[in-house]
Amino acid sequence: MLLFIKPATGSKAILLTLSSFKEMILILPPIFVLLGLLDVWVPREIMIRWMGPGSGLKGVFLAIFIGSAAAGPLYGAFPIAAVFMKKGVSFSNILIFLGAWSTTKIPMFLFEMGSMGSKFAFTRLAIDIPGIIIIAWIIQKIMNQKEIDQIYEKTIGGL
Amino acid sequence: MIFNLILYGVTILLLLISFSRDKVKTKKALMKSWKSFENILPQFLSILIIVGVLLAFLNPIVISKILGRSSGWWGVVLATVIGAITLIPGYIAFPTAALLIKGGAGYMQMGAFISSLMMVGVLTLPIEFKFFNKKAALLRNGLGFVFSFLVALIISKVMGQ
Repeated sequence: MLLFIKPATGSKAILLTLSSFKEMILILPPIFVLLGLLDVWVPREIMIRWMGPGSGLKGVFLAIFIGSAAAGPLYGAFPIAAVFMKKGVSFSNILIFLGAWSTTKIPMFLFEMGSMGSKFAFTRLAIDIPGIIIIAWIIQKIMNQKEIDQIYEKTIGGL
Repeated sequence: MIFNLILYGVTILLLLISFSRDKVKTKKALMKSWKSFENILPQFLSILIIVGVLLAFLNPIVISKILGRSSGWWGVVLATVIGAITLIPGYIAFPTAALLIKGGAGYMQMGAFISSLMMVGVLTLPIEFKFFNKKAALLRNGLGFVFSFLVALIISKVMGQ
């Protein structure tokens, strides 16, 4: 419809949709394959030990590391979060993982340094790391255990 | 793009190792991958179309007009809202932000824009609802939104604007 009202904007919209589709179709297949492999090969006990509720700083560090090593937009992280739930990763570590994926990705950081300058990029990184931990902590505090259990149950059921 | 190559390389390598160790398990893993991919695909597609239409209206000229250095906190609020709604990959967002700063946009506004672009995803909320629940997703996005103002404030102090 937009194409008829404003042809230039309409065709631009189609081009933009196609380019983000290209990005998605490029990035999602490997993520989903890795997910399947993680699900089949890594035992739940190991994930609980490393990133479960009692994993402490080790879990936080791992969550930030895995999230930062990722590539692709945030929506790629949600299916991984679902498998993490299945493997017994704690809720706060999943939130930290999401936070790291969204803001401290290493590939993006290098890109940010290149275009915005290192002062800008390092400042943002220095604010973001404590920021995502604090945000995860606040969400964890506000949600009660029953709600968290329900999320786990529902999401694992949908896998 | 090089990171995509690394991602593919690692994935293919792990897949080969997995296959040489256990064919049945590998097949099971791939079936699982496909099933979760299939589950989420329709929602992704509709979001991409909305994003395409939205971005067609928001070109750099429009953005730099409303997010100029003199736009102050009002500009920061707008930048945060734009960042929250749009879904732009980082490798487009950073060069665009750098261009906008050259074109007169402020560091404070761009800090807010980039931060909320990355942390807040209004358009992907339906997907987030599906994997978490409304409360958790709204909390995560809401806190990310508020946090972007803090980022803007500190960035503006550090960058001296």
